[in-house]
Formats: sequence, C-alpha cells, structure tokens
Amino acid sequence: MSAAWIDTLLGRLAARDVHLREEPAPGLAPARLFTAKTDDWGALAHETRNLECRWVAGFGEDAGDYILMNTVFEKDGAYLVARTQVKRAMPFLPSHTPYYPGADRPERHIQDMLGVAFTNHPDPRRWTRHQAWRDADCPLRKDFPVAGRMTGPTPPDDTYKFLYAQGAGVYEIPVGPIHAGTIEPGHFRFQAVGETVLNLEEHLGYTHKGIEKIAEGRDADGLARLASRVSGDSTVAHAWAACMAMERAAGIDVPARALYLRAIMSERERVANHLGDIGMVLNDVAFTFGFYQFSRLREDWQRLSREALGHRFMMDRVVPGGVAANLTDQMAIAMQAQIAAMRPEIENLMGIADDTASVEDRLVTTGYLAPETAKAYGALGYVGKASGHGFDARRNAPYAPYDQLHVEVPVYQYGDVAARVKVRAQEVLISFGLLDKLLTSLPDSPLRANWKTPAAGAEGLGIVESWRGEIVTYVRFGADGKIARFFPRDPSWTTWQGLEKCIRDNIVPDFPVCNKSINGSYSGHDL
Amino acid sequence: MLRILAKIQKIGIVTEPLPKIDEPVLQQVGEQLKAKVGELFGGSLAIRQVDAGSCNGCELEINALGNPYYGIERFGVHFVASPRHADMLLVTGPVSRHMEAALKRAYDATPEPKLVIAVGECGACGGEFGVSYASCGAVANVVPVDGVIRGCPPTPLDLMRGILEAIGKFQAKRP
Repeated sequence: MSAAWIDTLLGRLAARDVHLREEPAPGLAPARLFTAKTDDWGALAHETRNLECRWVAGFGEDAGDYILMNTVFEKDGAYLVARTQVKRAMPFLPSHTPYYPGADRPERHIQDMLGVAFTNHPDPRRWTRHQAWRDADCPLRKDFPVAGRMTGPTPPDDTYKFLYAQGAGVYEIPVGPIHAGTIEPGHFRFQAVGETVLNLEEHLGYTHKGIEKIAEGRDADGLARLASRVSGDSTVAHAWAACMAMERAAGIDVPARALYLRAIMSERERVANHLGDIGMVLNDVAFTFGFYQFSRLREDWQRLSREALGHRFMMDRVVPGGVAANLTDQMAIAMQAQIAAMRPEIENLMGIADDTASVEDRLVTTGYLAPETAKAYGALGYVGKASGHGFDARRNAPYAPYDQLHVEVPVYQYGDVAARVKVRAQEVLISFGLLDKLLTSLPDSPLRANWKTPAAGAEGLGIVESWRGEIVTYVRFGADGKIARFFPRDPSWTTWQGLEKCIRDNIVPDFPVCNKSINGSYSGHDL
Repeated sequence: MLRILAKIQKIGIVTEPLPKIDEPVLQQVGEQLKAKVGELFGGSLAIRQVDAGSCNGCELEINALGNPYYGIERFGVHFVASPRHADMLLVTGPVSRHMEAALKRAYDATPEPKLVIAVGECGACGGEFGVSYASCGAVANVVPVDGVIRGCPPTPLDLMRGILEAIGKFQAKRP
C-alpha cells in the first residue's frame, strides 16, 4: 500500500488552481478525507482519472441546507474520500461519468434518491426509481417519510426509455423482471439479429427495498441485521463491512479470535458461492454431471457451516464488536478434514471439465470482457481478475487478520467465461489454504468487545473483500448511537455494466452462461 | 468420458435420508410429499418460483432442493418457467413496490388451484424490511396466500415440509 499518489494528485490539482483541504476523519482511516469546492468536482475526477485511480463509490447525505456528496477513490491500495457540499436549494454538481463510465449508475441512483442533478451526465434517465415514488420526491431527503407519499397499488414501470435499434431483421427480446429460473428479478432488453446479440440494456431496481432509508434510526445491532440482508449470498461480508464501519466510528478494537472467525466465515462464504456458481455455469452449458458434482460439494460445505457455526449461510454471526458464534476445536478439525477431502475432488472435477470438449467449446471466448472495458467500470472480484485487474482488498488494502496472511490472487487477460470460472476454481483452492492457516492459528480471546456509543456525527468506512469483490460501506451515527446514514456499495455495481458489454456479438442462448459467470447481485445493487 | 464414469461410480448415489444434524428423516418427508402429490396432482406438482424482492438467501435454498441430496424432482415436484404451467407459486419477499405489479400479473396468469406459499421471514411478515415507501412487506399484502414457510432463510428441508403442509391444507379445503 502506498499513498504517495495523493501528493501527486494534490500537486496536479494545485497547478489547475484547485485546492483540496484535508480534514481529520479518524473513522474513515486508513482512508484520508479531503474536501473540495463544488465547481472543482469535475476537475478532481479528471486528475484522478489521469493518475489512473479507481472510482470506488459515490454517495450523498442530506445535511439540512446542504447535501454532502462523497466519492471514494483508490490507487495502490490507498483510499481517498473526496467530499463537497451542494446547496439543497440548487443541487447541481459536475458529473464524474465523463471520466469514469462506472460512475454512471451510482450518480443516477443519487439523482433518484437525493435529487442531486449531475450537470454533464451523458444519461440523465432515472435508474433506481420506477413508479413507487414521484420524480419530485427524494426518499433519502430527511423530510421524506419512510412510509412514502404514494397510496394504492404501485403501477408497473412501462415507460422507461430503452435504447432501440432499427433495420431489416433487427428484433427485440424483453426478458423479465421475472426470469425463467429461480433467480432474482430484473429486466433485460436485447436487440438481436438472428441469434446474434447487437446490444443488451439492463433495467434494474426491481428489488429496491429502501435499505438506505430504513437503516436510519436503527441501533448498531439492528444495522448489522439489515446489512446481513443487503445480499443474502454475501451476508457475512456485508455484515463485516457494516460492523467494521461502525467499529471504526466508535473506536472499538475487535478481539483477535473474533477477527479470525470473521475471516473463516468469509472464506467459507466465498467457497460456497464459487462452488455453487461453477456448477451453475456448467449446467448452463448442459454439462449436468458438473452441476450435480459441484452442487453436492456446496451442500456438504453448507452443512458443515451449519453444524459448526449454527447457520447454513452464517447469517447474523458477525455482530458489532465481534462475532455471535464460536468454533470448537472439534469443529475446526472437521473443517480441516473437509478441506483435505475436497481439495483433490475439485482438482479432479476441474480436470474433467477442462478435458470435456463441449464445455470448452461453450466457455472459451464466450462473453469476452476486454481488460480496458473492465477497467473503465472498475470491475471487481473474479470479473476484474479474469480481465487483467487483480485488485483484492485482502492483498492490496489488507485488514486484520489478512494483514497477517499471504493472499494469492489469480489474474488472467482472456476475459471470457472460461477465465472467470478458472479464477473462481483457483480462489476456492486459495481459500482452502487460508482456512487451513486461520484454523490452525485461531487465537484465544473474548468473542465480542463491549459496544461504546459513538459521538453524534461519528463516521466510519468499512472495506471488505467479499466473494464478488470489494465491499465499501459508509456509516454515520446521529444522536444516541442511532444510525444517520448507511451506504453499502456492493461490488455488483462495478460488474453489471460489464455484463451488457460482454454479451455483444454472442448468441442469445449464451446469455444465461454469461450472466451466471458474472452473477451480479440484484438485491445488493438495487438496495 | 472414462473419468466421468469413474467419478460417478465412486461417488455413487448421495441422495440420502440422513443429514448429520438431528433432523427428521428427509426420506420420510419426501415420501409423504410424493404420496400427496400423487393423490392431488396426478403425480406432478408444478411450481413457479417468484422472487418479489428478496435478498437472494431464500432463492439459494430453493435452488438447493435440486441438488442430489434433496433431489426434489424424485417426489414429483418440479419448477416451471411460466406461471401458466404452475399449480403453485412459491413467493419470496418482502414484495418490493417495484415488483408489486409483476407479482400480481404472475398470480393472475396462474391457473387454478393457484396455491401461493409465502417463503421466508420477509415473505411471511416483511422481515427486516417491513412496509415502507419501497416495500409492501408480506406477500399476503399483495396476493392471497395459502401457506407460509418461515425461516431466514428456511432450510431445504423446511421448504419441503412447508410445501407438504400447504398441499395438505389444500386437500382439507377441497369440497
């Protein structure tokens, strides 16, 4: 990790007569907080882009006469939080999207939720808002009631203006929000010629549950429960990121054993999801043998999670100050035995899949996401790693206990479905190694530190590598230890746009396998 | 090919009745389910699953019903792609306001007997999300519900029991 780039950035900005001011923000550390003038917001993104910083997350907060706007940048494992104020009466702000295509939807989300207008945004269409609240309403403004202002049934959202294509033989395929399988809802609009996809446009937001709004006023335990359900498949990682943010805001040190148990649960979550999804990808190309084998391994894995930690997903086991589950020596040994048995099985099964011509034919070159496209969107996790970008918070910005461990990160340039599957299979084996180390060196300590009510206004940032990639969670406390603002940035924000691009020029029947290979969270994105 | 066959032979059939944790026997629930499905649905119960706004936890457990341990299809239960082919809707919640119209349309498209099961704490009562500007809460707030399967998320075995219970109630209700 190196923060040297921040000085370079400040220098380049100063040369443009743009001056950032560093503010003390202990809860955001190791990230550093800088404030900027509203008019300089665009120049800031221009210079961070020139320095090849990653645009990590953007979020706003109603602060009365002003709306506080934040963007998080990262380079070389060092984070910078930039903050500015826009007047509530005149909420205009230069957009970051011209410099960072990945800022497109986050800014439109802020526009829909807080009523901030991004002046040079290339696509001012609504994004998160369908028909559940009016254009003039902003759910995250403090004067908007949590119950909303609409009565009666919510009309269907049939007025969203999709891009369209014209020409002989061009046709559209609307898919969703309810999909054919047991998966989350969202709308996909394809333009195709014959079997070839010309363009795909996503329309998400169907699972918007008002998470940011209903977080307000909760206590720390209540926020951890909500964070556990931002995306059920990433329950451990989201709860960890939220708790880390709250603990930093409150200045609480988490006991060593609790940190190890969090990492054990997080790696178990990674393995379970990778195993399940590799099986699903193989199922989507009609290699049902692979599907049944990997779903069997996933079930074995989840059963031991339940036996050892009390829940198949380890939901609500990460709590403010520590963990709500312990691991007996006997169960730690059982976990190691399971890893020892599963490692050769996975190597064997991946070998079989690799040698099966029909699988190779369907996965190799399918759903190609070019490294430059992945970079433009800041694609995280296995999507980024399969397209040349190996950011992994466990290695690049390590947090305890990963600061004590060596995390290997597989990176490929191929960018296709096969590469994403390969990254995930390798991550399973790497997680096995990490689990072995964590289980053999599990320290003895209390499981949970006492909670301390943080001062009103205290803020915290939690950064955790989930199985999908880096989660960045912002928390601010109000009076009496109640939450005033909660924003969890799921990594799916950085990969959904990649799905739109990777499916172009592929055949329509390959969409399911492309989608599964990326597997964005709808719930984590729609919030 | 030989390696595939060797693997299949070595693993054998894992579909089995004994989860290690002291749960009642899967086989028993399954056989009851099969008998009921045979009696009431001609041996084949078609389910359309609708995610009306869930966190995806319930979906993962519903998907697990298809893994070789549970293999729910052997009991005559299968998942279909269209509500028009379904006897039952398995709905997870909370129902987001953005999914309200889609859920109602799926319900309208389902032929009789149109059994609806609300799955998970959120489907049952709104769970952590409750009712808000963005959420209708429980599935029953949007479409009529015949049965509820609680749990966050319910385990695959809970799901099988819940489906069995719901069709048992359906039988009791019939004239």
